[in-house]
Formats: sequence, C-alpha cells, structure tokens
Amino acid sequence: MTQMFRKFALSTLTAFALSTGGAMAAGEGGVTDYAFSFEGPFGSYDTAQLQRGLKVFTDVCAACHGLSFVAYRTLSDEGGPMLPEDQMRAYAAQFDVETPDGDFVPATPADHFGHSGMENAPDLSLMAKARAGFHGPYGTGLSQLFRGMGGPEYIASLLNGYADEPDCAPDGVPGLSYNTVFEGGAYAESCVDEAGKHTVPGSWIAMPQPLYGDDVDYDDGHVNDLQSEAQDVAAFLMWAAEPHLDARKHAGMVGVIFLLILSVLFYLTNKRLWAPHKHRE
Amino acid sequence: MSGIPHDHYEPKTRFEKWFESRLPAISLLYNTLMIPTPRNLNWMWIWGVVLVFALVLQIATGVVLAMHYTPHVDMAFASIEHIMRDVNSGHMIRYFHANGASLFFFAVYLHIFRGLYYGSYKAPREITWIVGMLIYLVMMGTAFMGYVLPWGQMSFHGTAVITGLFGAIPLVGETIQSWLLGAGAVGQPALNRFFSLHYLLPFILAGLVIVHVWAFHTTGNNNPAGVEVRRSSKEEAQKDTLPFWPYFVIKDLFALVVILVVFMAIVGFMPNYLGHADNYIQANPLATPAHIVPEWYFLPFYAILRAFTADVWAVQFAHWITFGIVDAKFFGVLAMFGAILVLALAPWLDTSSVRSGRYRPMFRWWFALLAVDFVVLMWVGAQSTEFPYDWISLIAATYWFVFFLIILPLLGVIEKPETPPATIEDDFNAHYGPEAK
Repeated sequence: MTQMFRKFALSTLTAFALSTGGAMAAGEGGVTDYAFSFEGPFGSYDTAQLQRGLKVFTDVCAACHGLSFVAYRTLSDEGGPMLPEDQMRAYAAQFDVETPDGDFVPATPADHFGHSGMENAPDLSLMAKARAGFHGPYGTGLSQLFRGMGGPEYIASLLNGYADEPDCAPDGVPGLSYNTVFEGGAYAESCVDEAGKHTVPGSWIAMPQPLYGDDVDYDDGHVNDLQSEAQDVAAFLMWAAEPHLDARKHAGMVGVIFLLILSVLFYLTNKRLWAPHKHRE
Repeated sequence: MSGIPHDHYEPKTRFEKWFESRLPAISLLYNTLMIPTPRNLNWMWIWGVVLVFALVLQIATGVVLAMHYTPHVDMAFASIEHIMRDVNSGHMIRYFHANGASLFFFAVYLHIFRGLYYGSYKAPREITWIVGMLIYLVMMGTAFMGYVLPWGQMSFHGTAVITGLFGAIPLVGETIQSWLLGAGAVGQPALNRFFSLHYLLPFILAGLVIVHVWAFHTTGNNNPAGVEVRRSSKEEAQKDTLPFWPYFVIKDLFALVVILVVFMAIVGFMPNYLGHADNYIQANPLATPAHIVPEWYFLPFYAILRAFTADVWAVQFAHWITFGIVDAKFFGVLAMFGAILVLALAPWLDTSSVRSGRYRPMFRWWFALLAVDFVVLMWVGAQSTEFPYDWISLIAATYWFVFFLIILPLLGVIEKPETPPATIEDDFNAHYGPEAK
C-alpha cells in the first residue's frame, strides 16, 4: 500500500503542474520560446546583453515607461549589467530628480529610475515576472516547467508581434496597433465570426510599435535588428524584475549539492542504525 | 508519558537531582524523545517531522521578513520589492517563506491521507485527529492572510472573493464580512489586521502542535498494521517498539533532507512557479484580474465551493426547504466548510472494527478513489466553470461527501476485513525478521 501512497504523491506533483498549468494550449499562440542565457539551473545573465538591453530601454522604452523599483546603483551590481562605477554615476547624472524643496538636481546612484511618464504606460520594473503567466493563470505552466518559458519570452514575442492590419479589419482599430501576440486588448468587430470566435490571433494594443530594428547603435557592435533588440531588452527587464537571479541559482545549486551529500550520510547512518534490528540472525 | 512501559529518566549527578526536583524539564525532554515507537512505521510516518520543520522555517523566515515589511496599502508592495532587492539575502528568505507554505501544505495533505488510510483517527486517537484538524484550519487561515500581505492583484482580489463568502451567510453575513475586514471593503484596516493575525496565528499553531504531540504521546503512535503495542510488560513492549531517538529521528531526518533537496531546487531554480504572475502587479481595486484563482493548496476546497451551482438539484431542494434562505452561494460556502467538517468527523463516521486500511479490501479501493478525487478537485479548481469542468467538479465534490457520509459508515457493516497480524513484532518480522527474504 505504500505504493498507493507513492502513486498518490506522484499524482499530487502532477496536479502541481496542472493547477497552474491548466489548458496548456490556451493562449500560448504567438509566444516564441527564445533561448535566454539565464534559463535552467545553471543559467546566468549575459552581462553584454543586459548592457545592450539597458541601452534599448534608455533610448526607447523610457520615453513612456518607468522602472521605479530599480536603483541606479544596482547597474553596477554583480550579476547585473555591471557598469563600471564611473559609468553608472554618469548614467544616473543624466536624469534629474526633484528634491523636497522642489528643485531639480542630477540623480545620484542611490536614486531610482523614474516613474512612467505616460499614464497608461505600466511601470516595467516587474513586468518580466508579472507576465510570466502570459495572461492569467491559465496561460502557462507546463511550458514554463519544461521549456523555461516565461515573461522574457512574452516580452520579446510581443515586441516582435506587431503586424500589418489583418484582412478582416484593413482599417484596424482607431488609435491602437494590431499585435499578433497581445491577448486581451481591444478587438475589431469585423474579425469575430458567427460563433463569437476570433478569426485572427492577438488583439489591438495601445502601445504603438516601439522597435523596428536599427533603433539603437550598440557599443559592442552587436547586430541591432528587431530580433536582437527585442531579446536584449527582454533580458534587461528580466534582470530589472529579478536582479538577484544569478545569486539565487548559485545558492540553489550549492544547497542542492549540500543536501544531496547530507542525504547520503543520513541514508548510511540510518541503514547502519537499523541493521541490528532488521534481518536478525 | 505514554502508557507504554519504558525506561524513565533517572537524574544521576547532584546537579541533575537538584534541577529535576525544581523543574522536571530534562525528564520531560527525555520521555518525549525516548517514547517507544512502533518499529514497523513506514515512510508515510515521516510527514510529522517535515511539518515541524516547515513551521519552524516559516516562523524563522517570517520574523525576518516582518522586520522589513510595511503593512500599509501604499507601501506594502514596495516594501516587498525592498526585501527582494535591498535586504541582505532578502530574496532567498522571501522565496523560502513563499514556497515554505507549499511545502507545509504538501506535507499536511500527505499526513492527513496517511491518517485516513491507516485509521489513525480511530479510538483512542480521536483527540489527536481533532487537534490535527484545528491545526489544518489555522494553517489555512494563516496562509490565506499571508498571501494578502504582498498586496498584489491576486492578494487583493482573492481577499475580496474569500471574505465575500462570509457575506453569503444569511442575515449576519454582511456584518461578519465588515467585522473581518474592519471596513465595508478590502483596504487598510484589512491589511493591518491580517498582518497582525498572520504573525499571531503561527504561535497558536505551535501551541496546537504541542497538544497534538502530547495527545499521540499519550495514546502511542498508530502504525501500518493498526494493532496496538503490547503493554503488559516492558520486555514485551520492547519487542514491538524502538525508542524515537535515535531510530526514528535519524530515519525522519533522512526523509526530510531528501524532501529538502526538491524544495531547495524549487526555491533556487523556479521560486515563482507555484505562485501567480498577477501578484507581481500592485493591487488595483479598479482592475479585476481575468481569472481569480487561489493558491494550489486551496484548490480542492475552492472547487467544492464552486461545484454547487443554482441548477444543481440538491441546491434547489435546499433553497425550497429553507424558504429561500440557502441560495447557491451559501450552499457552496456550507459545502466547503462541510467538506472539512466531514473529514474531522471521520472517527465517528468510520464503523469498521479494523483500524488499518491495509486489511480492509473494499476500503482500500474507495480510499484510492478518494485520493484521486482530491487530486481531480485540485486540478478542476484551477479550471474555468464551463462545460465539462462544471460536471467534473460536481461529481468530484459529491464523491467527497459520499465517501465520508455513506461509504465510510457502510463499509464497517458490509466489508469483511482480513485478519491483521497479532502483534507489531509479527508485522515487522514478516518484512525484516530472520525468515523474511
């Protein structure tokens, strides 16, 4: 009967996966499984990629979006973009912050990135974690478990997801942009069939297409096409959301190895301890 | 402490005698640790120690988190990010705490189902079982209130849904709801009191755990054979038992460390997997998430809550017979609490004379179905309420009640149990004795 319990334990584990997983197919449509350097137990951030992503964020995203939970000083932290201290100070000093007296002074490393300049542009500090479920708890789960898909894949896919207006709505939705990956936005009436189903993937998003390729010139000479820019800024936003990922995975690996060794020692101790009481002569 | 004859602590040195006559703490510790424990306990008897570890882990990490957390609607979310970014090892401590809740519930469910299968709830262990159920209830309250504290979207809207359940109680519902929240809606008063209670309840939990341990140290452990330790003499008792220290301490620690390997891997490599992404969005009362889903460990009971809709025959009957007092929402609330109540009443619903499910050929299958049923409820609780999920949850929820209210009492009458081994020694030797291969 212990076997029954073992089976039960296994099915409970499966339920873990399913409970957050739900329908695997539902709505994972346009999200591409990009290979990021920080995936998997041994993954870590690619410093050069984070620096490129910082540049995309600064030159493009920051026009509307805030990053208010991130302090400038962390740009120099281990496991981050690791800007040299003088560069980090110079970076911060480009921006003004308001003092309690109402004066504007150059930001110091202790200050945070600004808030969103536009009312309907969400703060991006945690976007890479907040969109890990793509759009709600039904979105992901199994793909997240087995392929490591999450927020960065969603962000990069979304930035690549802008497309020409579909045939069913050549004029689109006024003021909005068609995106094949973005779910839950406004939807053109003419693209809904009689059964109420959407005939084209995605929906219409308020954010105009931000990246086209060639938007920034990378200092490291890396190719700056749309794919690279989208993945670089997605990686940067993952760092912004989870700045201690490298340290965490390292601690996790050390912990797992330590506990594995400890478990072997306990196994041997336990076996030896019980031996006189089992298989008695 | 237990009625099983065993060696008692004898103070030897002059200091020990001096101390013992003033405070018998060493003998209490000795008798607790050296309790004679059935030697045939299998690997399902390790969850208690895992649960003690989880409680200690949650209190230790929680105390540190509380040092850096701010229970204010405008600052709570930011204070969590402060912990995640600026506090030394804060991100690890918080991930241990958040995933520690999952470890806690994973262990408690296996612990409860172990008790159900081996009849650990039966006389003379009913008090242990009832205290265990109280522990489970306090755990659920603590976990629920803890989930509110980060003040994310799921925290906020989940609280609105769950406290709304109390609003479904006729006449007094709305009063109870405002009393729980400290206001008409979820806001600052709710966050403040949930923080206070989230800090208090774990210590009540610890107190209940002591009572739980006290109770089963009085009756002695149950065991897979379900037969009692022989108590007529110390020599006989020793054939059935071994002292808890070191035999079961080392065994349990081995199991604990193996479980912690998995736990550490989850915390290190996928710490957000069991949570909801939406909770990384700050609470916004004006934007309700598309799907409000509780944490995985509440899903079975959440599924029962949602299972009984207005078009179910039993709900309509309840509505008619109570002159409309019991509507579908209230019925769902009653079903959810009822599901835990029937679990607590298991000692009196089970009429079988044989304790362990191992020797109950029919019970075994119904129990296996109950375990599957629980997993199905957990799965369906995360699905939408559309067809076929509505039917699946209704059938699964109904089986939960049918098992406890009909099958369990009936089996004692119609089932012909097998004969359990006469003694624990026999059961142990059948596996590990000189003749066993």
